[in-house]
Amino acid sequence: MSKIIVSDKSIAVPGETLATGMDILPGAGTYREGEKIVANRLGLAMVDGRTIKLLPLAGRYIPKTGDTIICKVIDVSFSGWRLDTNSAYSAMMSMKDATSEFIQRGANLTQYYDLGDYVVCKIVNVTSQKLIDVSMKGPGLRKLKGGRTIEVDPNKVPRIIGKQGSMVTMIKDATRCSITVGQNGLVWILGDPMSELLAIEAIKKIEKESHLSGLTDKIKEFLEKSIKH
Amino acid sequence: MMYRELRSHIISLLNANTRLDGRNFTEYRNPIEVEQGIIKTAEGSARVKIGETEIIVGVKLEVGEPYPDTPDEGTIIVGAELLPMSNPEFELGPPGIQAIELARVVDRGIRESKALDFKKLCIAKGEKIWMVIIDICPINDAGNLFDASSLAALAALQDTKYPEFDGEKVDYKKKTDKKLKLEKTPIAVTVIKIGDKFIVDPDIEEEKVVDARLTVSSIEDGTLCAMQKGGDYPLTIAEIDQMIKIGIEKGKELRKIL
Amino acid sequence: MTYKQRIDNRGFDETRPIEAKVGVIARADGSAVFKIGNTWAYAAVYGPRNLHPKFLQDPQKGILRCNYNMMPFSSSGERVRPGGSRRSKEISLVTEKALLPVLDLDEYPNSVVDVFIELPQTEAGSRCAGICAASMALADAGLDMKDLVSAVSFGRVDDKLLVDLDYSEESYADGPVADIPIAMMPNSGKVTLLQMDGEVSKEDLMNLLEKAKKVCMDIYEVQRNALREKYHEVEE
Repeated sequence: MSKIIVSDKSIAVPGETLATGMDILPGAGTYREGEKIVANRLGLAMVDGRTIKLLPLAGRYIPKTGDTIICKVIDVSFSGWRLDTNSAYSAMMSMKDATSEFIQRGANLTQYYDLGDYVVCKIVNVTSQKLIDVSMKGPGLRKLKGGRTIEVDPNKVPRIIGKQGSMVTMIKDATRCSITVGQNGLVWILGDPMSELLAIEAIKKIEKESHLSGLTDKIKEFLEKSIKH
Repeated sequence: MMYRELRSHIISLLNANTRLDGRNFTEYRNPIEVEQGIIKTAEGSARVKIGETEIIVGVKLEVGEPYPDTPDEGTIIVGAELLPMSNPEFELGPPGIQAIELARVVDRGIRESKALDFKKLCIAKGEKIWMVIIDICPINDAGNLFDASSLAALAALQDTKYPEFDGEKVDYKKKTDKKLKLEKTPIAVTVIKIGDKFIVDPDIEEEKVVDARLTVSSIEDGTLCAMQKGGDYPLTIAEIDQMIKIGIEKGKELRKIL
Repeated sequence: MTYKQRIDNRGFDETRPIEAKVGVIARADGSAVFKIGNTWAYAAVYGPRNLHPKFLQDPQKGILRCNYNMMPFSSSGERVRPGGSRRSKEISLVTEKALLPVLDLDEYPNSVVDVFIELPQTEAGSRCAGICAASMALADAGLDMKDLVSAVSFGRVDDKLLVDLDYSEESYADGPVADIPIAMMPNSGKVTLLQMDGEVSKEDLMNLLEKAKKVCMDIYEVQRNALREKYHEVEE
């Protein structure tokens, strides 16, 4: 007899038996041990028909091709820039990927991007050894000027952005801040000081409550209440 | 250089009379919590939280020999370890210069204020004295280890009771009712200069862009007992005057928590 | 001679009271505290993060590094000198080996996961408390893990087999004593740490290992609840 033990949207812990039965399929974050489907991480259980998966609730960023991320320039060499990706691995940006301008050989590269600068860039390649190439060529990719950068759990980024960007748009509209969310968990915010604080508070609230339902309404209510005060 | 963006943002906030987390310049993070007697294996202990910064200080009492030049005085030893558990930038290994400076600043506040009467730590002149060993262990470093450590050290000393000593051996399993007497309550307040503004209780990000800092330890009546200037930039005499004023004033507030 | 009654009146199969909590160190990627009786362990996980020096890197997978440290005031006797001893180095090693079998670091070549275990207060069973805290901290850090690791020390005092020896039992003088720290992957019952010193018969040891399955499962429940609690607290 197959049986689903875990309830939908509950918190599962490594080693926990989520279900038994060969006709139930182990999704992401789970594994099969004989008859059993077992949790392979801490996660939010999602039961979808006969498939069980666990959405991660924590964990550092793992770089993936195609991700738009916010990075800090940590080294400038002859041929390009090394960037901190907020993961276990740094990325390289070559001169040809850095700008559409022609850069003369031997030019001082710091005039484009200097140590300590933050950039929004796109990952164009990740090797099996986690060597990462990024590019600045594409819409929205740019150097970030002014503002501040905060760190959030990269697993919560989809909730912070929301469906078609609805959540982040709501925060932008309410606080009148410019906000860019990197898939690596860095968020850049620029606005007047009190609005920045409100935007951060809203983002931290989403991060903390991401596993609960009705989040959009809660954040809406939170923003409306805070703005009145 | 690495923090240029952060620095310019912090300065623009300071110019608008606020800080990264919205605090006033001379406002400590909330809440400040002091909990004494949390470690049963120590003769005295305290946990201090300032915002997210959390520190445990434990006091051990050992019997040793006095220094030849002070045969009737006991002594204190302050150790600090910047545990890599508490901050991703701390590394394993013997105490580095940051840890040594922290321990010495805490040491001087207690020693020079005469918070402990070293003569009362003498057991037998020229032979046996109590050594008061204070160890500082950060649990979570979210900034301002100086003030949190000093406060925790003082709170742990307040909590300290002598173990039983029969003249030969210390029995650590048996604590007596006799408390270590504190004569003064030296409080350390670190005032930070960023640009032309002065703030207290910096968080991790503010600490990264400090121009100068001055740790001011003072006792009840406002007398200064220890100071330490840090940071790469100089201070004018007028600035020092202002920083000391803030230090003494905030010291009075912190003293009330104990 | 026979050991009739435990000093704190516990049952022979009973551990000291246990408390556990995760997410206690804000700066860490994962953290936990585990208390059993008067023994108290913190664990903080940092990583996967960049590993220096390069020659330590494994191009196939991330590596695990554990460090066990007693705070200077954590022993009921004299002050513990900071800086690590042969004992703490060995415990760091066996802790690493106790945790490694549940971890999957294939996604993180060339990187390291650092686990720092700190003990503010100890009274027997500190390596097991450290392992329990560390496994919770690793789960809190969101790493892929087959199971948690649950650990407790077992032992023999005189004619009795006991769970979770305290100091007085470890130093019982009127008969033979054995101290046997055990860590398990509780859901499969596999052993990841086994040490022992003292005297015990093979039969008794086998009995203890069977007993360990149940006790480790009980500890697993405490760890599991603590991990869930972090998220349930938010709802309230």
